[in-house]
Amino acid sequence: MNDFLGIDWFFLATSLAKTLGIIFLVVLPMVSYTVYAERRISALIQDRLGPNRTGIPFTNIHMEGLGQPIADAVKFLLKEDLTPAHVNTFYFWLAPCLAMAPSLLTLSVIPFGSWLFGVPMVIANVNIGILFVFAIASLSVYGIVLAGWSSNSKYSFLGGVRSTSQMISYELSLGLSVIPLFLLLGKLNLVDIVDYQARNGWLLLPLWGEGLTLRRWLLLIPLLISFVVFTISIFAETNRLPFDLPEAETELVAGYHTEYSSMKFALFFLGEYAAMITGSSLIVTLFLGGWHLPIPWWSSGAGFHFALVDGAAPGIPGILGGLFNIATFFGKVAVLLAFFIWVRWTLPRFRYDQLMRLGWIFFFEIALVNIFLTAGILFYLP
Amino acid sequence: MAYTVPRPKLTFREKLYLPAVAAGLAITIKHLKNMLLGRTKVVMQYPEEKWDSHMPPHYRGAPTLVRDDDRERCVACQLCEFICPPRAIKITPGEIPSASKSEKVEKFPLEFDIDMIRCIYCGLCEEVCPEQAIFLRKDYAITGLSRAEMVHNKKKLYELGGTMHGLVNKWNEKK
Amino acid sequence: MSAPQMLNVQINGEWKQFPKGTRVIEACAQAGSYIPRYCYHPKLTSPGNCRMCLIEMGMPKMGPDRKPELGPDGRPVINWIPRPQISCAQDVAEGMGIRTDSPMAQECRRGVMEFLLINHPLDCPICDQAGECKLQEFSVEYGNGGSRFLEHKVKKPKKVAVGPRVTLDAERCVLCSRCIRFMKEVPQDDVLGFVDRGSYSTIAAHPNRQLDSNYSLNTVDICPVGALTSTDFRFKMRVWFLKETKSFCTSCATGCNTVIGSRQEVVYRQTPRENNEVNSVWMCDYGRLNFHYLHSERRLSRPAVKGEAAAWPAAIAKAAAELRSVPANEVAIIASGSMTNEELWLTKKLASVLNITLHDIVPHIEKGDDLLLSADRNPNTAGAKLLGVSSSKLAEIAQGVESGRIRVLLVLGEDAAGISLAKLKSLVTVGLLPSAATEKASVFLPSAGFAEKRGSMINVKGRLQRLNQAIQPPGEARDDWEILRDLIQAVSGANGVYAIEEVFRQMAEATPALAGLSLSKIGDLGVQLKLE
Repeated sequence: MNDFLGIDWFFLATSLAKTLGIIFLVVLPMVSYTVYAERRISALIQDRLGPNRTGIPFTNIHMEGLGQPIADAVKFLLKEDLTPAHVNTFYFWLAPCLAMAPSLLTLSVIPFGSWLFGVPMVIANVNIGILFVFAIASLSVYGIVLAGWSSNSKYSFLGGVRSTSQMISYELSLGLSVIPLFLLLGKLNLVDIVDYQARNGWLLLPLWGEGLTLRRWLLLIPLLISFVVFTISIFAETNRLPFDLPEAETELVAGYHTEYSSMKFALFFLGEYAAMITGSSLIVTLFLGGWHLPIPWWSSGAGFHFALVDGAAPGIPGILGGLFNIATFFGKVAVLLAFFIWVRWTLPRFRYDQLMRLGWIFFFEIALVNIFLTAGILFYLP
Repeated sequence: MAYTVPRPKLTFREKLYLPAVAAGLAITIKHLKNMLLGRTKVVMQYPEEKWDSHMPPHYRGAPTLVRDDDRERCVACQLCEFICPPRAIKITPGEIPSASKSEKVEKFPLEFDIDMIRCIYCGLCEEVCPEQAIFLRKDYAITGLSRAEMVHNKKKLYELGGTMHGLVNKWNEKK
Repeated sequence: MSAPQMLNVQINGEWKQFPKGTRVIEACAQAGSYIPRYCYHPKLTSPGNCRMCLIEMGMPKMGPDRKPELGPDGRPVINWIPRPQISCAQDVAEGMGIRTDSPMAQECRRGVMEFLLINHPLDCPICDQAGECKLQEFSVEYGNGGSRFLEHKVKKPKKVAVGPRVTLDAERCVLCSRCIRFMKEVPQDDVLGFVDRGSYSTIAAHPNRQLDSNYSLNTVDICPVGALTSTDFRFKMRVWFLKETKSFCTSCATGCNTVIGSRQEVVYRQTPRENNEVNSVWMCDYGRLNFHYLHSERRLSRPAVKGEAAAWPAAIAKAAAELRSVPANEVAIIASGSMTNEELWLTKKLASVLNITLHDIVPHIEKGDDLLLSADRNPNTAGAKLLGVSSSKLAEIAQGVESGRIRVLLVLGEDAAGISLAKLKSLVTVGLLPSAATEKASVFLPSAGFAEKRGSMINVKGRLQRLNQAIQPPGEARDDWEILRDLIQAVSGANGVYAIEEVFRQMAEATPALAGLSLSKIGDLGVQLKLE
């Protein structure tokens, strides 16, 4: 049955279920509620309340505005979808799709849980995981560039141009900053990275497994540098403040999506937030232990230790463990998203020359030196 | 002449920026915390809470017409129409028939429309009125479902304005 | 005629020269020191009863040799008269000295203003004169801020219909007697006078008389306050809203110069404008009030084909087809003497394009007077004659239409002129108001009234004057010249013109009497033509 017509139907069905589940049950709701969280948190930071009224329609139940994302979605769908006369229609329509698709595609290689019902909680367990991520993520620049160019408007165009150079610049430090990880692990597979962290301690929290050796603590220095450079580069890659120059409202109206309306605009919007989720997932996967949460445990046999909750265990504990791991993963992502929002409403925007200087003169060099530092440590303490 | 803005000399710590970023994050999180704990109270929950009781006496709400005891005060001099910066006021003057009690006043507004879409609540009409017939009351939530509904006609203006006594006795027969 | 003798006069310390016979009040105004006045009117006699124009005056000090004593500047030394003098009843004299702003003159004005305002009611909010009221203006410039008068004001009759077109408010009157003098001196219908005495003195019409002269509304114009108001204009619109357009009256061949007061596409009044070659500063009530038809409810503002509303291009095409549907000798044009020169010129052009020889205007002769109202009620008879549209063929046209020999008739701005239209094949009418001709019209084209268009006319004395546009034509109605231009274009296919200036230019090139003129060269006061 599993092998009918030479196709692994079980694999196909589970993959499809995972894909649909992660997109429609997790990512899209998460995007909507990230927008909601962004509005509420920004409001609270600025001593306001934010959207706290939209609840169940035709009732007085406000639910602290939790209905707002749904209302927004309905509004986006019902708005007039305007294609200005002066645009290049084909690319104008293509751009929003290109902006949305890469962020969702990248999620396919990220392990968002351990095992559930004996199925690995990653859509595609590929050996080149991180390379795949970088390859797809760099495509997202096309969405913005095409939007900026096809809109045939100076603001859009400037936004598109800025976005291109910004993304290319920061992809460099993004890629270089993770090389120490792979020097350490010798693998590109994200599932293996998470497994390693589950057994040997998170890369930023080497408290268990072999983590407590001098070599591991020494390696924490380059890994911390990697983490900072990688996180900041993710900010730049997702066009979040303080790096949101492509859509700098004060200068460019709305940047590359100035001419967009209705659902096409919403796709850019979704794409941006989906990219945030993907970026957070990457940070979680690479540095913060992925789906793993250490449970402090004491047993007579092993004394005090950290227990590993594993979905691979048989029976009910396995299912519960698998669900717990998924929840852990997205919980970490949510914390990071909150951090993204917090940073956005704290820092002002960079000037464009500052942005370029930061990318090329500092992060690029830091990431490069960091590689040699890691290599040195690994050479002397193999 | 070109002027070079003097840049402050930054210490190494300041050049790192990260301490400043951390300080900024601390400030914002403090605001967030205070809001969550309910220590900050800056927002009025309109429409549950309203300004009405806090409104200062000189508040400029919707312009209205007022009656005197037995006559309308407006004599259709059209000074408000003239002064109105957004040209929201339109008056059609008319003549008071000889049989009327206030015949001496001679003139009255046949129609008096204020377009509340145009009105900017500046109060110049109240200031310019020689008859003290137009007053800005405290109504500020003027809404309507159509443009026509937003034009306050004479009837509506008197409904909003009501009656005032005394003040102008120029048209009093004995004076 | 030799130049008048020039006299040296010192005004506020400066020596100036004025021709002999200049009144002091005029001399001061020419010297830049305007003296306030109520009773004085340059076109009327000076009674000197308002006392507003009091000034300080002096004559040269005479030496024992009866020669003026000269001061160190070589000018006569002036002996100032210790009491103020009125400036409106006195002509300038050699060596006269005038002070218009001396403390005494200022004090006099303030005093006179206070007296005039003692009994004046606070009617400004309802008074139609507000905004052009001399009492208001001079109170601002020379009056006190407040009133010291504690007693009750004198009550006088208000809202008196002193004539069919004039309403009197006696409380507002400052007893300047301008209206009395006007009626006595200009229409020479001595109907107004003062009655009662002291503070109860009032203007009134003579017993059993009314202020019903055809020039009665001029008293409203010259009344410096709001005592006499036009019953027609009363309470219609405040004067400061009115857009003033310089034009002239088209109700008779005199063409009195006017100012049209309009606001938001509505004409509210016409007032005379000074033009000493035509109408001095007066005009008749008939012409002044003859504008209400522009806003008549009966006004036709949509083109119609056989009584059904039609679009302009279709109506024009239909009209052109009708005009060409029969041989040219079976077509006639009845034009109007109230059309502008430009329209008449295009009418003539249309006739020549279609080879129509039967065209004439309809004469309107009524009773005139020897002042301004002309017996010829067509404002542009002279223009029609000059441009060759009038041809004394009206009787022939009438006979042809009634006998059925003329089968197509074009009527421009006229009624059927009493002609029976029954036998016509088709009738094309251009006009404003419904009439026998518009009812029978196969094609009706709505046109513009005198205040809604530009153009020129020639009055009975051969003066070329210009109409200016005060308001837009209502609805779909269009300028007459554009209608005629489109008709010419539709029948001949020739390229039309796009501006009325172009029409005038073509007309002036083809008409020797108009050579070298253009619409802008006519100016506000018109140009006298040399007509044979």
